[in-house]
Amino acid sequence: MEHNNENKIREDIIAEANRLRWDLGVNFHDTVIQSIYEDASRIAHKTVRQQGEKPAYSLDLAIDRIVTSRWLGFPIMFLLLALVFWLTVSGANYPSGLLANILIDNFHPVLKNLGNYLNMPWWLSGLLFDGAYMALAWVISVMLPPMAIFFPLFTLLEDFGYLPRVAFNMDNLFRRAGAHGKQALTMSMGFGCNAAGVVAARVIDSPRERLLAIITNNFSLCNGRWPTQILIATIFIGSMAPAGLTGLVSAGAVVSVAVLGIFFSLVVSWGLSKTMLKGEASAFSLELPPYRPPQVLQTLYTSLIDRTILVLWRAIVFAVPAGCVIWLVANVRIDGISLAEIFIHWADPAAVFIGLNGVIVLAYIIAIPANEIVIPTILMLTVLSTNLTGVGAGSGVMFELDSIEDTARVLQAGGWTLLTGINLMLFSLLHNPCSTTIYTIFKETKSVKWTLLATLLPIFMGIVVCFFTTQIYHLIQG
Amino acid sequence: MSQNNQNNQNPCENCPMHNKANLIRLGINPTNIDYVIALAGNPNTGKSTVFNNFTGLRQHTGNWPGKTVSRAEGGYIFNDKKYKVVDLPGTYSLLSTSTDEEVARNFILFGQPDVTVIVADATRLERNLNLALQILEITGRAVLCLNLMDEARRNHIEVDVRALSRELGIPVIPTSARSKEGMNELLIAIEDVITGKFVCKPYKIKSRSAAFNHAIGKISKSLLEQFPGLPNVTWVAMRLLEGDRSITDALKSGHLGSLSTQQELIEQH
Repeated sequence: MEHNNENKIREDIIAEANRLRWDLGVNFHDTVIQSIYEDASRIAHKTVRQQGEKPAYSLDLAIDRIVTSRWLGFPIMFLLLALVFWLTVSGANYPSGLLANILIDNFHPVLKNLGNYLNMPWWLSGLLFDGAYMALAWVISVMLPPMAIFFPLFTLLEDFGYLPRVAFNMDNLFRRAGAHGKQALTMSMGFGCNAAGVVAARVIDSPRERLLAIITNNFSLCNGRWPTQILIATIFIGSMAPAGLTGLVSAGAVVSVAVLGIFFSLVVSWGLSKTMLKGEASAFSLELPPYRPPQVLQTLYTSLIDRTILVLWRAIVFAVPAGCVIWLVANVRIDGISLAEIFIHWADPAAVFIGLNGVIVLAYIIAIPANEIVIPTILMLTVLSTNLTGVGAGSGVMFELDSIEDTARVLQAGGWTLLTGINLMLFSLLHNPCSTTIYTIFKETKSVKWTLLATLLPIFMGIVVCFFTTQIYHLIQG
Repeated sequence: MSQNNQNNQNPCENCPMHNKANLIRLGINPTNIDYVIALAGNPNTGKSTVFNNFTGLRQHTGNWPGKTVSRAEGGYIFNDKKYKVVDLPGTYSLLSTSTDEEVARNFILFGQPDVTVIVADATRLERNLNLALQILEITGRAVLCLNLMDEARRNHIEVDVRALSRELGIPVIPTSARSKEGMNELLIAIEDVITGKFVCKPYKIKSRSAAFNHAIGKISKSLLEQFPGLPNVTWVAMRLLEGDRSITDALKSGHLGSLSTQQELIEQH
C-alpha cells in the first residue's frame, strides 16, 4: 500500500515535469545549452588573450593539411607503417638471435644434462625440457624483441598525436563499410597484438560497432605473425627477384598481405553490417588533438611495462602447455608411428587440395595458443614427416635453423613450392585468432556466439581464399 | 611567498607549498579513505596524467581523445589525510546520453565526491568551460586544474588565472601535468576546499528565463517532499524538465532516494 503510494507520487512528479516542459516551448533544450555556451564564451573572452599575430597552432594546421590530405594521407600512412615495421623487423633480428643463443643453444643442454644427472625418466625430461621449456624459450626469443621495439614506436606515434589522424583518414572507408571510424584505431592496435586491439574496441560506444571492431580485429596482422610473413616471403618470393631486390620484394610482399588484411577488415565489416549486425554507422566527432613532442623516456618505460611485459606474459602462459602438446604428438606412438605423422598423412589430401599441406594444418592447430610458434612447429613437423637426417635436435624438439638457406632446404625437401609459400602467408593472415585473443573476445563480448563467429569466420575465409589461389596458380602454370 | 625573498635561497624552497614530501602515493585500492576526489574534464586534457601524478599509478595515457573508457581509481596521502582519486572518462558535456558521459555525471552526481577536479585545456578554454559550468551546476566543491599551460605558452595564449577564479568562484591552478608543474599547488587547493579555507561560490548559469526558474522551483519542491535532503535537487529538477531518460528512470525506481548508497547507479556500467 505504502509502496504503491510512493510510486504514484513519483509518477506525478514526472507527469508534472512533462507538463511544464510543454509550457516552456519546444526549443527549451536548445535554450538550456545556449545559455551555457553564452556564459562560457563570455568568461573566456574576459580571461584569455592571444598574443602576437600568428594564430595558435598554425604549425599543427600545416602538418594536418599534409598528413590528412586527400592525396598524401594514405601514402604517408603506409610509409610510416612500413618504416615502423622495417625498424621492428631489422632491429629485432640481432637481440632475437642472442636470446635464442642463450636460452636454446646454451641453457637447453644444461637443463637436459641436469635431467640426466637427476636420473629423470626420458619422457619427463622430454616433456619438461624439450616441450614446455623450448616453447617458453621460443616465445621469449621470437616475441620479446619485436614487441619491445614495436610497442614503444607505436606509443611514440600515439603520444605525438598521429593516431587520431589515421582514424580521420580511414573514417570515410569504415563509415561506408557501416562501421565506426574509431575502428581505424583498434585496427592499428591490432598490428601490435590482436588481444590488445580487441580490448581497445571499448572506445567505441555502440555495441553493434564495437562487435564489428572486435570480430574484424584478427585481420590486422599481429606481431606474432610478422616473422612468419617475413621468413616465407624471403624464401619463396624474394628469392625469385634479382639479387639486389630481394629485400625490397619480400618487404613489398609482406606489406601487400597487411594491406589485404585491411581490405578484408573493411569487406567483412560491410558484410556483417548488411546481415548479422544490421545498422547505420553512428556519427562521431573526433577532435584532432594538438601535436605534442613525445616524452621519449616515459613512453619507453610505460610501453615496456604496460604492454610488452603484459602481452608477453599472456603468451608464455599459453605457450608452455602448447610445448607439451607438441612434444606429446611427436613422441606418443601407435604401432610405431607418432600421432603427428598419423595426423599429417590423414590431413594431407584435403590440405594439398587448398594448396597447403598436412604439416601446416597440424602446426596451426598446435600453435593456437601463440602464433609465434607456428614456424618452429612447421619445421619440426616437416623434419619428422620427411625423415631428413642431420638437421634438428630430435623429435618433438622445436628448433629454428640458423640460416634462411637451411630453412629453405628443409622446406623444399618437405615438398614445399612457391604456391605453398603464398598460401601459408595468406593462411597466416586468415585463420583463427590465437587463444589469448579468443579468450579476450569472450571476456569483452560475454557471448559464445560472437566468439565462435570471430574464431571460425577467418578460418573459413582462409580455406576459400587458399583454394582459389591454388586454382588460379594451377591455371597460370598450365 | 614574498616575505622570504630577502635571503639568497630560492624563495620557493621556504614556501609551505614547496614541500613535496607531504605527498605519499598509494597506488590502487586505498582503504580507510578520508576524502574522495573526482577527476573530470574534456577528452584529451590530461586527466589520466594528473591521476598518475597523484597516485603513482601508470594508467595508460595517450594523445587521443577517449582512451579512458571506464573509471580508474587510485589513492594518495597528502598532509596525513587519505584521498581516493577517481579518473572519469573525458566528456564534452553532461547533457547527452553516451556511456562515458553517463559514467562521469553519475559519479559526480551520486558518488558525492568531496572535491571534483575539473581538468581543462588552457589552449581551448572556451570549449572546456562549457563542461566546467555544467559541473558547477551539480557540485559547488570543485577546483579548476588549468592544464597544458606549457602548450598555451608555446602558442602565446595567456590566461588571467585570478580573474578566472573570481568568475568561477573556485580555485584555479595553472598546471603542466606532463612535466609535473603545479601538481603540489593543485593538491593544496583540493585540501583548501575540503577544509573550508577556500569557500567556493560556484558560478551559476545566468541567462535563464523566469518561466524556467519557476518550473524548476515547482519540481524541486515536489522532489524534496518525496526525497528529503536530496542533493543537487535543482539539477535533478532541470534534467526531469528536459525529459532525461536515465534520471527519470532513477526517479521511477527510487534510486534517487538512495543517494547515500551511491555506488549502485555507477556500478551499472
